[in-house]
Amino acid sequence: MLQIPLWKRVLIWGVCALAILIALPNAFYGRVESHNDAKAEIADAGGNSTPEQEAALALWPNWLPSGLMSLGLDLRGGAHLLAEVHVSDVYADRIDNMWPEVRDALRGARDQVGSVRRVTSEPGVLKVQISNPEGIARAVELVRALAQPVTSVTGMGQSDIDVRAEGDTISVQLTEAERAATDTRTMLQSLEIIRRRVDEVGTREPTIQRQGDDRILIQVPGIGSAAELKSLIGTTAQLTFNSVVNVTQDANAQPGPRQAVLPSLNEQGIYYIVETTPVVTGEQLVDAQPAFDQNNRPAVNFRFNASGGRSFGDYTANNIGRPFAIVLDDEVISAPTIQSHISGGSGIITGNFTVEESTELAVLLRAGALPAGMSFLEERTIGPELGADSIAAGQMASIVAMLAIAVFMIACYGWFGFLATVALGINIIMLLAILTLLGATLTLPGIAGIALTMGMAVDANVLIFERIREELREGKSPVRAMDIGFEKALSAITDSNVTGLVTAVIMFVIGSGAVRGFAVTMGIGIITSLFTAVYMTRTLIATWYAWRRPKKIVV
Amino acid sequence: MAFRLKLVPDNTKIDFFKNQALTFGFAILSMVASVIIVAIMGLNFGIDFRGGTTIRAETTTEIDLGEYRSALEALDLGDVVITEVYDPSFRADQHVAQIRIQAQDDSESVTPEMIAQVEAELEKVDPAVNFTSVESVGPKVSGELIQSAVLSVLAAAAGIGIYIWMRFEWQFSLGTVLASLHDVIVTVGLFSLFQIKFDLTTVAALLTIMGYSVNDTVVVFDRLRENLQKYKTTPLRDLMNLSLNETLGRTVMVVATMLLSLIALLIFGGDVLRGFVAAITFGVVLGTYSSIYMAKNFVLWLGVNREPKEKKKAGTTFADIDA
Repeated sequence: MLQIPLWKRVLIWGVCALAILIALPNAFYGRVESHNDAKAEIADAGGNSTPEQEAALALWPNWLPSGLMSLGLDLRGGAHLLAEVHVSDVYADRIDNMWPEVRDALRGARDQVGSVRRVTSEPGVLKVQISNPEGIARAVELVRALAQPVTSVTGMGQSDIDVRAEGDTISVQLTEAERAATDTRTMLQSLEIIRRRVDEVGTREPTIQRQGDDRILIQVPGIGSAAELKSLIGTTAQLTFNSVVNVTQDANAQPGPRQAVLPSLNEQGIYYIVETTPVVTGEQLVDAQPAFDQNNRPAVNFRFNASGGRSFGDYTANNIGRPFAIVLDDEVISAPTIQSHISGGSGIITGNFTVEESTELAVLLRAGALPAGMSFLEERTIGPELGADSIAAGQMASIVAMLAIAVFMIACYGWFGFLATVALGINIIMLLAILTLLGATLTLPGIAGIALTMGMAVDANVLIFERIREELREGKSPVRAMDIGFEKALSAITDSNVTGLVTAVIMFVIGSGAVRGFAVTMGIGIITSLFTAVYMTRTLIATWYAWRRPKKIVV
Repeated sequence: MAFRLKLVPDNTKIDFFKNQALTFGFAILSMVASVIIVAIMGLNFGIDFRGGTTIRAETTTEIDLGEYRSALEALDLGDVVITEVYDPSFRADQHVAQIRIQAQDDSESVTPEMIAQVEAELEKVDPAVNFTSVESVGPKVSGELIQSAVLSVLAAAAGIGIYIWMRFEWQFSLGTVLASLHDVIVTVGLFSLFQIKFDLTTVAALLTIMGYSVNDTVVVFDRLRENLQKYKTTPLRDLMNLSLNETLGRTVMVVATMLLSLIALLIFGGDVLRGFVAAITFGVVLGTYSSIYMAKNFVLWLGVNREPKEKKKAGTTFADIDA
C-alpha cells in the first residue's frame, strides 16, 4: 500500500490542483459574475465595449477559469411558478373554427341535406342539424371529407375528426390521436412563448421546463415576485380582432348567440358586444413594434402574415364605417372605426397608452399569444435579502462544522486525524469543483448537504484508522497494519457509500426543487469522499511514511 | 504515547443482547407508539402537503402578533397561523413573523388576490414590513406531493434492500431495511409529537436518515460477514456481539462527527432549515440505536445459513437468548 507508483501520485495531486483551480472562482462570486456578464455583453455587442464593461472585465483575469455554481432561487431570490396549461381549451377552438367549413360544405349540397343549423352543445363538440333527415348519410360523407390525417408519429394514418350522425344531427369532435397530437403542439408552443417572453426582459438563467403532460415549471432568478412573473407571461394574453356588434354601458347586456360582452380597457363603463369568432387572431401576427400615432401618442404598429392580411383586408373592405375591436385577454384595447380598406396587412393600435405600456404590449404581441389558458398550481417568491441571509448562515454553519470536526479528528487520531482533515478539506473543494463543472444549482438544503457530507466523509477514514489500530494492537508492524487497515476497511466503505448513493439517486429522481439540490450535493459528496478518504489519505500517509520512516506509529 | 481522545475504550466486551427484551422491545414499542401518535395527533403538514400560503414578513421593529392577527381576521381567510421566528443568526433589529394561511375555497390553483390583500393589510399595520418569501401551493399539487413522498421512501427502502441482498444475504437485507424503517417511523412520530412542520424537505431528511441508518448497519454486518468466515463454529449470537464491539469505536466516532455537523447547522444554519436539520438529528441518533439494538436481532431471529450441516433455526436461537 505504501508503494504508490509515481504516475498515480501525479494523477491524484493533479486532480486536486485542477479541483482547486475550478472551484476558485466561487470564492470570488461577485467579481467573477460581473466579469462574466461584461464578457457576454461585449460579445453580444460584437466586440464593442463601454469603459464600465472594461472595468468589470478586469475584475477577474481572463486566463483563470470563470465557471460558477449557479445559485438556486432560495439563495439568490426570485420567483417560481408551476403552471397547468388548459390543453383542452384548444379542442374547443379547433372545433369552433370548423363550423364555417362544415357549413359551406353542406350548403353546397343543399338539395340533398336541406338547410343547415348549428345547435348548442358541450364545448369541444360541433353539432349541426339538417332539415332533411334523409340526407344524413350524404351529410356525414361530406363532413368526413373535411377530415385530415393526424400529423404525429403515434397517430399516423388516423384522421383528425370523428364524425357521427344521430337522427338529423351530425356531431363532430376531435379523435383521441388528434387530441394527443394537439396537446403536444400546445405544450411546445406554450413553452416557446413563455421562453421568449421571459427572455425579453433579459433575466439571468431562467428555467422553463415541461413537467408531466400539461405542466410547465418556470423559475426566474432575480425577478421581484411571482406576481410580476405572471404578468410578464400573461396568463392568457390572447389577442384577437373581432367585429363589434354594439356598444353599451350595461355590463349585463344580453349578447346574441356566439357573441360576448367585453369591457373596455381604458374607458370606464363602456362595454362592447362582439362576435366571439374572431376575424383575425394573434397567431397570424408577424410583427409588432411600439410607435407613435399621428397625434404623437404612444401606439403599437403591427403586421399580419399573408393569410391574416387577406382576411383582414377582406373584412375591412366589407365593413367600412363600422367599428372593430382589438381584444387582448377579454378586454377591448381599442375599437377603431374602419376608415378604409386596409390592404397589405398592417395597421396601428392606438389607445391611452404610456410609452411603457405600448412597449410591453408590443412585446406581448410579438411573442405571440399563448395557445391556451393557464392556471397556477404553485407559486413561490423568495426575496434576495432572505437568500443572502441563508447563504451567510449556511457558510457560517459549514465553517463551524469543518472546524469542530477538524479539532475532534485531531484529538482522536493525532497526526492521522490531521491528514484526514486535509483530505476532508480537499473533498469539499472537489465537491464544489464538480458542482461548478456540472453547472449544478446550489440550494439551501444543498449547503446543508455539504455540511453533512463533512460529517459522513470522515466515516471512511474512521473505519480505516480504527482498523489500523486493531491491527497494531494485535502486534502487527506499522506497514502491515496500515496495509491491512486500508484493504479490510474498503468493503465496508463501499457498501455504506453505495447505499448512500442509492438514496441520493432516488431523492434526485423523485424529489423536486430543494430536495433535488440536497440530493445532488449529497450524491457528489459521497463520490468525492470515496476518492479523498481512500486515495488522498493513502497518498498523504505514504508520503509522510516515506519521509519520516517511523519505527512505531500511533493512530 | 501521545494523547488520544477515546470515546470508547479498546477491547470492549459488552453483551448487546443482555437486556434484549428492554432494548429491542423499546425499539418496537417506540415504533408502535409513533404510529399511534401520528394517528391521533396527525402531522403538522406544511403547505407543500396540504396547500395554502406561507408568508415570511421581516421588519425592523418589534412585532406585535396580536395586531397582525386582528389585521388579518377582517379578511376572513379561515385558518391563519401567525408565529414569530427567532434565530441566533438574526441581526438585532431583524424581526421575523411567519404567517400560514389555509388553502382558499376549493380552487385548485393558488389565489394571488388573497396574497395581495394580506400584504396590503400587514403594510397598514407596519409600513416597514418586507415580505422576504411568499410561497403558495394549490391543493392539486399538494396531493401529488404526498404521493411522491411516500413513494420515494418506499423506493429507497426497496433499492437499499436489493443492494444489501446482493451483497449479503436476504436476512441481512430484511434486518437492515426494517431497522431503517424504524428510524423513519419514529422520526415521523417525533414530528407528530412535537408538532414540527412536516414538509418536502422533511421527506428529504427521512431519506437521508435511511441512508445513514443503513450505512451504520452495513458496517456492522460487513464485520459480521468477515467474522463468520473467520470463526466457523462460534455461535451467531457471540459473533454478533464480537462484531458490534469491534466496530463500536467507529460507530460512536461517526455519530459524534455527524452530530458536530448537525449541531453546527442547528445553531448557525438559520431558521429556514431548522426543521430539516432537526429531523436528521433525531434520525442519526435513532439510526445508531437501531443499528446496535435492532438490525442484528432480526438477523439472529431469521438465522443465517453458514454451513449446510449446522443450519441455524429461528426457534433454537430464540431459545438460546432466553436461557
